[in-house]
Amino acid sequence: MAVRKTKHEMPEQKPKDRIKNFNEVPYGYDTKTAIEEAKRCLQCKNRPCVDGCPVEIDIPDFIKQIAEGNIDEAVKVLKTKTSLPAVCGRVCPYENQCEGECTLLKIGEPVAIGRLERFLADYERKKGVKIPKKAKLTGKKVAVVGAGPAGLTCAGDLAKMGHGVTVFEALHAPGGVLMYGIPEFRLPKKIVNSEVDYIKKLGAEVRYDMVVGKTITVDELFEDYDAVFIGTGAGLPRWLRIPGENLDGVYSANEFLTRVNMMGAYRFPEYDTPVKIGKVVATFGAGNVAMDCARTSLRLGAEKAYIIYRRSEKEMPARNEEIHHAEEEGVIFKLLTTPVKFYGDEKGILKEVECLKMKLGEPDESGRRRPVPIEGSNFKIKIDTALVAIGQSPNPLIPQTVKGLKMGKWGNIDTDEDGRTSILGLFAGGDIATGAATVILAMGAGKRAARVIDKYLKSKK
Amino acid sequence: MYKILEKKVMSETVKLMKIKAPLVAKKAVAGQFIILRIDEKGERIPLTIADYDRKEGTITVIFMEVGKTTKQLGTLNVEDSLLNFAGPLGQPSEIEKYGTVVCIGGGVGIAPLYPIVKELKQAGNYIISILGARNEKLLMLEKEIEGLSNELHICTDDGSKGQKGFVSDVLQKLIDDKTKINIVWAIGPVIMMKVVANLTKKYDIKTIVSLNPIMVDGTGMCGGCRVSVGGENKFACVDGPEFDGHLVDFDNLMLRNRRFICEEEESCKLAGV
Repeated sequence: MAVRKTKHEMPEQKPKDRIKNFNEVPYGYDTKTAIEEAKRCLQCKNRPCVDGCPVEIDIPDFIKQIAEGNIDEAVKVLKTKTSLPAVCGRVCPYENQCEGECTLLKIGEPVAIGRLERFLADYERKKGVKIPKKAKLTGKKVAVVGAGPAGLTCAGDLAKMGHGVTVFEALHAPGGVLMYGIPEFRLPKKIVNSEVDYIKKLGAEVRYDMVVGKTITVDELFEDYDAVFIGTGAGLPRWLRIPGENLDGVYSANEFLTRVNMMGAYRFPEYDTPVKIGKVVATFGAGNVAMDCARTSLRLGAEKAYIIYRRSEKEMPARNEEIHHAEEEGVIFKLLTTPVKFYGDEKGILKEVECLKMKLGEPDESGRRRPVPIEGSNFKIKIDTALVAIGQSPNPLIPQTVKGLKMGKWGNIDTDEDGRTSILGLFAGGDIATGAATVILAMGAGKRAARVIDKYLKSKK
Repeated sequence: MYKILEKKVMSETVKLMKIKAPLVAKKAVAGQFIILRIDEKGERIPLTIADYDRKEGTITVIFMEVGKTTKQLGTLNVEDSLLNFAGPLGQPSEIEKYGTVVCIGGGVGIAPLYPIVKELKQAGNYIISILGARNEKLLMLEKEIEGLSNELHICTDDGSKGQKGFVSDVLQKLIDDKTKINIVWAIGPVIMMKVVANLTKKYDIKTIVSLNPIMVDGTGMCGGCRVSVGGENKFACVDGPEFDGHLVDFDNLMLRNRRFICEEEESCKLAGV
């Protein structure tokens, strides 16, 4: 029988319905569809998909189990390499990773590895998550700073190895960007919470309101812990640096999303934190965060949501799925357009943005063609809210408060491939080391760091 | 959870609370602030530290009931707890021996001024304090600050206590009297800080102000608290809250502080506070 060339569709909420709620967009596969999709896998000997996975999941093995109907066994295979499958199964850029390496691409669409991963994670959660047998306690203690994807992965793996782990989180909730950044309709918060519960059940403790660098220093952590892992992410918003950016109505993507997601502003006034956006919202940037901003603003009642991006469609850094969903929901893409100035009324409330048309020139250092302004092409758009989603830089708090820590060029902590910093016993990974990247790369870094921390602890008698 | 150990009503709308938070107390110094959240649906709000006791493990905050969260906070009592209490945040005041320091506190701004006066005194400065409020009832910590000051001036808008007039009038008089002033600390309503900074700029007297913009996380992540200082955007939560008053764009700060006034009213109405 010939292999089906396309992925099995994943049912999802219709665009006209979903822009009125914050519920998750896709519903996920049922068991029957998952088995059918799993049967598309060719079980290649050279396993190219595994090479594409930053956390080295044994992809063909769990797919084989699904295809044979052994769902529980498939879950077990999946969970040996990842503690956060429900998250990865939703937010990973599969097309550039596992699915991007799939042999089926030669004849059509790859196996829907992401959807299968999500299916397994959801299946397990509904059934009740089993806690694996813990390794014998080693008596060693590790402090993990930041409860985001890197920190949680590192903490989960270290706990499985039998080390005592305490996660120090600055905010009042776990998850880092999974909680404050990624919206409910893309990653429901109850899923993040249940993944964190799993890590706690593995034995890790999570302490909130712990702003490391302020409440307690890294040096102090070393008094009580044998090793420290820093996974504080890239939380520092970047700005357009154009006139009018401080008007009432201009938010960083971080402020906007934190208000809505972590503080529950979409349920104001039931929740105390407000957000106000008016009728027309312009989001600047075209990454996943920008798509999240534009789609969130529609759900908050915006009549028009623009994505304004200085390059062309091809260069948009967001995942295909996010762009596709945004288009379906009616987000208006103004490409090859760059803002030059915000205008407000006499009260300082944002009213308009002036933009310039761009054209693509020669490739720049990122390999993408550099956008060049077209002189005299200025035009204005009336907007009520501007959301600046042009990237984040590493959080400066820890680097500023650890003496002798070697830093990289962009305010990141300098590490080797496995997360060793210039200080013995101090490790780092995720966006704080690499600069803003993806959830899965942060998880991969947390995983590798856990391995070298384990080695370090064993060598240290 | 962070327990309220002591509550004092300072005036009709101003309350003091001593809160058990040993780790915060261990690190707190003058000039810093905390972020608290009362309950699961609550907002994160910043309050400047009015006092700390490392031995007891407590932080004292003094707050005016201006919005939903501060009003709700005001209804809590001893033995009640807050869900979150993070800090100490922000940069400490730069305390050193300057010589003569004029410490100006306006209204509830007197609260964060208190630990600064204390530390400036300990550093060996000659302290001239100017405390101002709309009326006598809204004056606070007068005794405490008097005990630390070499000179104390009181003024109220309505003349119910001390001199009738503004803190800037008293400061102008000090300057006119040729008082040698090395540095000024001014904490209070934005408009007061603006007036003071404009005055001292004329005489080239360095002036530190403590800003209170709207914040969310308080750790440098959201940029909601950005203020223009010397033409450059700074985050009050991590770069401040204290800045050189001569460089601050107070008008933009006032504008940004009004961002959610309508929502605040709606929230208060709904909560019946």
